[in-house]
Amino acid sequence: MSKSIFKLTAIAVSLVAFVLPTAALSASKPVTSAEVTGSMPDKLSVSNANVFNRLLKKVNDPNAAPDKDGIHDTANEGTHALQAPKVAYEGLPTTEFGNHIDWVQALNSGKLDPRYDREDPEVEPFVMDLDIVRPVKASVPDVVFPHKPHTQWLHCSNCHPKIFIPQRNTNQINMSAILLGKKCGVCHGKVAFPPTTKSCKKCHSKPKDADWTPPLSNATVKNPWR
Amino acid sequence: MKALTEHSSVWKMALFGLLVWVGVLSAPQQAQAEYADVVINNYADAAGMRPVVFPHWYHRIRFRCKVCHADLGFKFKAGGNKITMAKIIDGKFCGACHNGEISWSVENCGMCHSGIPGTPTHISGSTVQRLVAPAYKELDKKAQ
Ligand code: HEC
Ligand code: HEC
Ligand code: HEC
Ligand code: HEC
Ligand code: HEC
Ligand code: HEC
Repeated sequence: MSKSIFKLTAIAVSLVAFVLPTAALSASKPVTSAEVTGSMPDKLSVSNANVFNRLLKKVNDPNAAPDKDGIHDTANEGTHALQAPKVAYEGLPTTEFGNHIDWVQALNSGKLDPRYDREDPEVEPFVMDLDIVRPVKASVPDVVFPHKPHTQWLHCSNCHPKIFIPQRNTNQINMSAILLGKKCGVCHGKVAFPPTTKSCKKCHSKPKDADWTPPLSNATVKNPWR
Repeated sequence: MKALTEHSSVWKMALFGLLVWVGVLSAPQQAQAEYADVVINNYADAAGMRPVVFPHWYHRIRFRCKVCHADLGFKFKAGGNKITMAKIIDGKFCGACHNGEISWSVENCGMCHSGIPGTPTHISGSTVQRLVAPAYKELDKKAQ
């Protein structure tokens, strides 16, 4: 199914790839109409340095099978015995980042029930339902740290006291630390869902009051011309 | 004359379209290992073994983080646990499960040692690696 969609897209892309340059080329011929001649030649003269995706890297298949993922050696026979993520993910709720699986939903819907003990499948996790709100100075919604999904997966000792002192608002946290792999970033951006444009609101989940405005910077407050 | 020009332009169009098509199809495809796959290569390469690839996604379907990172004592650091085969056959780290009881046994070398030789220790798809430029370090100091 997804293969045929891929093929269709490939055909569509190649059609477009065929038609666009075709129009561009024929534009320089006298046969074509004046309005095309007016707009198209510019396209051909755009500098190569000014193309799209200079820094944007897109991933074509985020859940590639082991033998196509670029880190497994295809010459190794074991590689071909490994499971492809897509096979295991069948039927699990999806997201647009990380493993592209909503692991929290997968647990809560009962579609997944990983063991909390190495051997005994009956051991229940010690879940604590305590939300910690962290007001954010910036215009983004405030952060709500929910203990519930964390204690469903982890043990208190995974975070306390090494990563976070267990006391409300005593820990200094900011976004650059997270992006560099500290604080929440010890897990988020490595194994748990990563911070990307599409996931900001998972953590920044408490909208600001309607009358909230960002504080003015000193340079603006003191600006005599304001 | 007009027919001839049109004819040759058709050929040019076809050639150009074909070139673009070839270009699109042969453009380097961004290969991406599954998010959170850990390559462990402190010693493997030096000992002539392929690096180890540990799939987080596969294990977290079966076990919660707590089993490995609290009970079995895996530290949150790729390559930070100094795992060796001696420890594994003593039942530590991977050996706590890959013992022929909870999961298949250690003689299946190629299941774990499956990485491309020379791949350094790292975790795949991490935010730190994907940043276009390093995040602002000054701010980070305050949050240590
Ligand atoms: C994923 C990491 C993580 C885990 C696991 C975790 N916590 Fe926390 N905990 C936090 C964070 C973050 C805070 C907020 C600290 C702050 O605001 O500075 C917090 C705060 C606390 C507080 C302070 C609450 C208050 O009102 O001051 C207590 C108590 C606490 N945790 C207990 C626990 C217990 C008990 C467990 C295990 C059942 C646990 N935590 C598991 C991250 C975690
Ligand atoms: C020790 C690892 C760890 C740390 C540290 C950690 N998290 Fe998480 N977090 C997880 C895991 C595992 C999940 C489950 C979802 C997943 O894996 O994507 C999760 C889930 C969440 C969710 C639930 C998302 C949902 O879909 O409902 C939120 C919100 C969240 N984390 C916020 C935070 C914040 C804020 C911090 C820092 C204060 C933090 N986490 C620190 C491991 C961690
Ligand atoms: C894993 C949870 C998490 C995710 C995902 C996340 N943030 Fe944050 N963010 C935080 C926490 C925690 C803070 C610190 C709040 C505080 O001051 O206590 C923060 C702070 C901020 C701040 C305030 C400035 C600073 O550095 O403290 C901004 C702006 C921000 N985040 C933007 C974003 C954007 C944009 C995204 C999406 C790309 C994002 N955040 C994703 C947890 C998260
Ligand atoms: C359950 C997974 C697993 C299996 C199965 C496994 N290994 Fe390893 N092996 C590891 C890990 C993890 C390391 C640490 C890699 C590193 O840091 O370079 C390692 C390291 C090694 C090393 C270098 C370090 C040392 O201990 O000397 C050698 C050599 C090695 N393995 C050989 C083997 C051979 C031969 C087999 C099959 C009989 C095998 N391994 C099976 C996981 C495994
Ligand atoms: C089956 C065991 C196992 C389970 C379950 C597991 N991990 Fe891991 N984790 C590992 C191993 C092995 C490593 C690599 C350690 C090394 O290289 O020495 C690791 C490394 C990590 C790292 C460090 C990555 C880095 O780049 O430094 C983080 C963070 C992490 N795990 C988080 C989690 C979270 C969150 C969960 C639960 C959703 C989880 N792990 C579940 C075995 C496990
Ligand atoms: C908590 C127990 C546990 C630990 C610790 C553990 N594994 Fe596993 N592992 C399993 C189980 C269970 C399976 C599934 C076996 C089966 O399907 O029969 C598995 C399967 C695998 C697979 C095969 C995945 C596939 O696609 O079929 C690899 C590779 C693997 N483990 C590597 C490792 C490495 C490397 C380590 C140590 C760094 C490790 N495991 C530690 C329990 C564990």
